[in-house]
Amino acid sequence: MITGVLKSLFKKPVTVKYYTKPGVHTPIPDRFRGRIIYDYDGCIGCALCVKICPAGAILATPERKVNFYMDRCIFCGECAEICPVKVISYSKDFEITSSDRSQLTVRK
Amino acid sequence: MDARNIDYEYSRLILPVGPVHPSLKEPVNLSVTVVNEEIVDVNVKLNYIYRGIEYLAERRNIAQTIYLVERICGLCSQAHSLTFIQALEEIANIQPPERAEFIRVICAELERIHSHMLLLGVVAYDIGLDTLFMYAFKSRETVMDLLEKISGKRVHHDLNTIGGVRFDIDEDLRRLIIKELKYVKRNLDYISEVLEDATVENRLREVGVLPSKIAEELSVVGPTARGSGLTKDVRFNRSYSVYRDYKNSFKIVVLKDGDCLARVKIRVLEVYESISLIETLLDNMPDTPIRIGERILKIIKRIPVGEAISIVEAPRGQLAHYVYTNGGEGLKRLSVRTPTIPNITAVKYMLMHRQIADIPVVFSSIDPCISCANRVTVTDAAKNKTIIVNLENLRRRM
Ligand code: SF4
Ligand code: SF4
Repeated sequence: MITGVLKSLFKKPVTVKYYTKPGVHTPIPDRFRGRIIYDYDGCIGCALCVKICPAGAILATPERKVNFYMDRCIFCGECAEICPVKVISYSKDFEITSSDRSQLTVRK
Repeated sequence: MDARNIDYEYSRLILPVGPVHPSLKEPVNLSVTVVNEEIVDVNVKLNYIYRGIEYLAERRNIAQTIYLVERICGLCSQAHSLTFIQALEEIANIQPPERAEFIRVICAELERIHSHMLLLGVVAYDIGLDTLFMYAFKSRETVMDLLEKISGKRVHHDLNTIGGVRFDIDEDLRRLIIKELKYVKRNLDYISEVLEDATVENRLREVGVLPSKIAEELSVVGPTARGSGLTKDVRFNRSYSVYRDYKNSFKIVVLKDGDCLARVKIRVLEVYESISLIETLLDNMPDTPIRIGERILKIIKRIPVGEAISIVEAPRGQLAHYVYTNGGEGLKRLSVRTPTIPNITAVKYMLMHRQIADIPVVFSSIDPCISCANRVTVTDAAKNKTIIVNLENLRRRM
């Protein structure tokens, strides 16, 4: 055990620093689901995504479109799967905290 | 006024440990009665983190409930959703494609590895051996990164769906998993070496002993039972999914001692077995689709009224879901029995006649998950009183 401890002294640290340079992180995997990207004009207003959303994060609007409330979203990926015209996709943006709630709503 | 003369027995104290305590990571209260440092009675109170998930499950459609059920536990999320989905598939009479079952089991075993690594780290931290804590968490991080690469998320994988899985393990991922598991295995060799160390032995050997006779009476499950010499493992005794065909690719690990050291060692040995099982499964994956073609909203429309019980071996032991569908896209009843409920009753026996200093390590050695174990709340509005009913009381009431 002692040799193991001594060897570790000279190794590179395993810890990955979170923000060494702004915008530089460890690589984000391909299947990662971050803040939703929504194509407002393509949406046909079928409201299937409203029905499937487990967190109630999608609400329909009077113009037969939808709003996404990122503060409730659990990033399950069901809405993108169910959408018949595929207007929902996910960005790699995970730093979505904000002190202003309206910043967390995806409208257009 | 008379001067009252009361004879206090100053050596006998009731010591509240928790619900917020530096060494217990779980919101649980142990009222420990001590006489001169010796524990003579333990009272476990669980009712601090009731969340009402079973109630919520009865109020949404099945497609939404899958994600709710997954969030019962942060460590066994794959086990919970696997159990729930197996019950639903039995009611709806759906057979998932073979490849889907392989992927489910591979992820369940990866989850077992990271859950066991967490326990190793927590026990090591409780006995003050931070080196081992760091080593265990290093391997755990590798496995969690693998799960993130497979499903896109580290903790709640959102992998299972009715009639299959949502994400495939392709050739690149397969090679990556095999490579990273080799690294975990190397780390594990080192961890087993550390567990032979005299410091660990002194702190864990013959601490919190649970003889096999008592273990059987309390019907403890999972690694706690196997550490006391009981051959209890749902994967063998009542095998499900792929385990039916691959029973010979891994061994059931049973140790006789019943102390904390045995319970910790079981976890290390089980991780070896999980790694060998994952390697076999990855080599034999059939080339079928990963899910049935039907849309999930269509499937939930045709699920009839019915009930099913599904039992799975979660990292902490036997996990059971009782599901009763209402035929209209929803559930009439969901009842969950998590492995912590039987295991926590054993804590009293383990702690009896031990020292106060043993409380954290004995308690973490059963790998408790308290938020899974909280069940029903009864609110008496007239008396403004809230009672939480655990499963034992509920059975008495029914
Ligand atoms: S990702 Fe899931 S939770 Fe988020 S909006 Fe889509 S369906 Fe709702
Ligand atoms: S499922 Fe797609 S098309 Fe239908 S309402 Fe939602 S975003 Fe619009």
